[in-house]
Amino acid sequence: MKQLLNTLYVMTQGAYLSLDHETVRVEVNGDLKLQVPLHHLGSIVTMGNVMISPFFLGKCADDGRAVVILDRNGRYKCRMVGKTNGNVLLRQAQYQAGQDDDHTTAIAAAMTAGKVKNARNVLLRSARESGDPEEERHLRKSADIQAEALFHLKSARDTDHVRGLEGEAAAAYFDVFTLMMKPAERDSLPMNGRNRRPPLDPVNALISFLYTLLLNDCISAVEGVGLDPQMGFLHVPRPGRPSLGLDLMEEFRAFMADRLAVTLINRKQITLEHFEPRPGGAVYLNEKGRKEVVAAWQKRKQEETEHPLLAEKTLIGLVPHLQARLLARHLRGDLESYVPYIHP
Amino acid sequence: MNNTSDPIPISALEHYAYCPRQCALIHVERVWDENLYTMRGRDVHERVHDDSSHEAAGIRMERSLPVWCRRLNLTGKADLVEFCGDTPYPVEYKSGHRRRGVPETVQLCAQAICLEEMLGLAVGKGAIFWHGSRERQEIVFTEAMRRQVEEVSATVSDMLEKRMVPPPANDKRCEGCSLKESCLPSVVADKDRGRRAARELFEAKP
Repeated sequence: MKQLLNTLYVMTQGAYLSLDHETVRVEVNGDLKLQVPLHHLGSIVTMGNVMISPFFLGKCADDGRAVVILDRNGRYKCRMVGKTNGNVLLRQAQYQAGQDDDHTTAIAAAMTAGKVKNARNVLLRSARESGDPEEERHLRKSADIQAEALFHLKSARDTDHVRGLEGEAAAAYFDVFTLMMKPAERDSLPMNGRNRRPPLDPVNALISFLYTLLLNDCISAVEGVGLDPQMGFLHVPRPGRPSLGLDLMEEFRAFMADRLAVTLINRKQITLEHFEPRPGGAVYLNEKGRKEVVAAWQKRKQEETEHPLLAEKTLIGLVPHLQARLLARHLRGDLESYVPYIHP
Repeated sequence: MNNTSDPIPISALEHYAYCPRQCALIHVERVWDENLYTMRGRDVHERVHDDSSHEAAGIRMERSLPVWCRRLNLTGKADLVEFCGDTPYPVEYKSGHRRRGVPETVQLCAQAICLEEMLGLAVGKGAIFWHGSRERQEIVFTEAMRRQVEEVSATVSDMLEKRMVPPPANDKRCEGCSLKESCLPSVVADKDRGRRAARELFEAKP
């Protein structure tokens, strides 16, 4: 029943978005570039200098369609949403769970287990596809570290313990990240572990950009079911930080963002020419690169998958929404535990 | 009945008669997905709900008429009430094709009970208009129907007061239910499935 609504990404600088009956008009320098019926659109994401008419904003607020504003590099600035939707009882349950150490630990451990397990699967897949025994060994070793973290997560004492296990597993994962790339691509796009704010190499710039897209989808998902995106379990609530959005995102990072980054690099869809180095060492995707990545991201979300817990076919792009619902039903007492999505 | 609490929306009676959990999800949890919004139902109701009154062939038609009943603590809007002379005749618009329609009958009969209290007149009949098949089905309100409205009103009132969310039906009803995605009937009804998945989560298959 639920359909995966499209996200309209507007990246052309100087574009103007306005409402025309039930459609949005995208004009650049007075020329109509695009006109899209609104009922196809679940959200609008703009990057950089894009103007939006107040009528169009109001319409989006009425319809519950989020408008997300990113800077030119894809860094998050703000989201505009309409009235607080949903359920004060759900939010109360969310806050109560957040006050209860055991409950918080259980949810955080489950979310981290989802992240670690999905990361492990991505590593094992690369290990199977690797032609080099030495590299395969490294990838399998990292996968073993993920398995070990998984084992300890089951009996994690508290959320700090969970975060510690998560950090160790993530470090081991990014240690071998480049081994998932083809040797030729490793030479042209070298990477030395994970770095951010700002990213210092093209691969990190690519991953960071994909994480931004994923985070926006996860925030929409938690807001869509009436959860408070700021009140997280794994991520400590901090003003202005979408902690629950970040929590939910963990289980999707590896197969939705990282794996897509590796594929784009290995297929040479993304190369050095898609990046823009800044004086001092920061690196960002350029406009051409962002367009390529956004198109691939949209395509990835349209791929079908099987949800193991629901035993139903669904689109990858809908999985964050399904998981947000599972979390909501868990917090309201319908489900004994939160079970993250494990990508088959 | 405790009339100091918030009045019960008449639509909740229909939801309850269809499925108690659906009623709780909508009226306790306020789950109202856009997928429910975008359903044909909205379209049908938007066309009928332009709160106006006009007259044709000697019948006065009131669209989107506010109705309420203090005795049963009900409130709502009737899609259409036709007045032939003084006698009100409620008409409820439904998308889709004609069904046996017990939930719809409860809703329509509740509107009749409201009109009776508001106007001090007996309302013996009404109709359901099935938009899909363009059929109008006349309903004669029986004593049994009226009793059902009273019973369902009391139960729903209690449910809203206690903020209860009953377990899912997980039967044929779920197929046609637009709240299925929020309700998650199969997983919530089958506790073992969730337990198994929670257990396996921390196991690393070789």
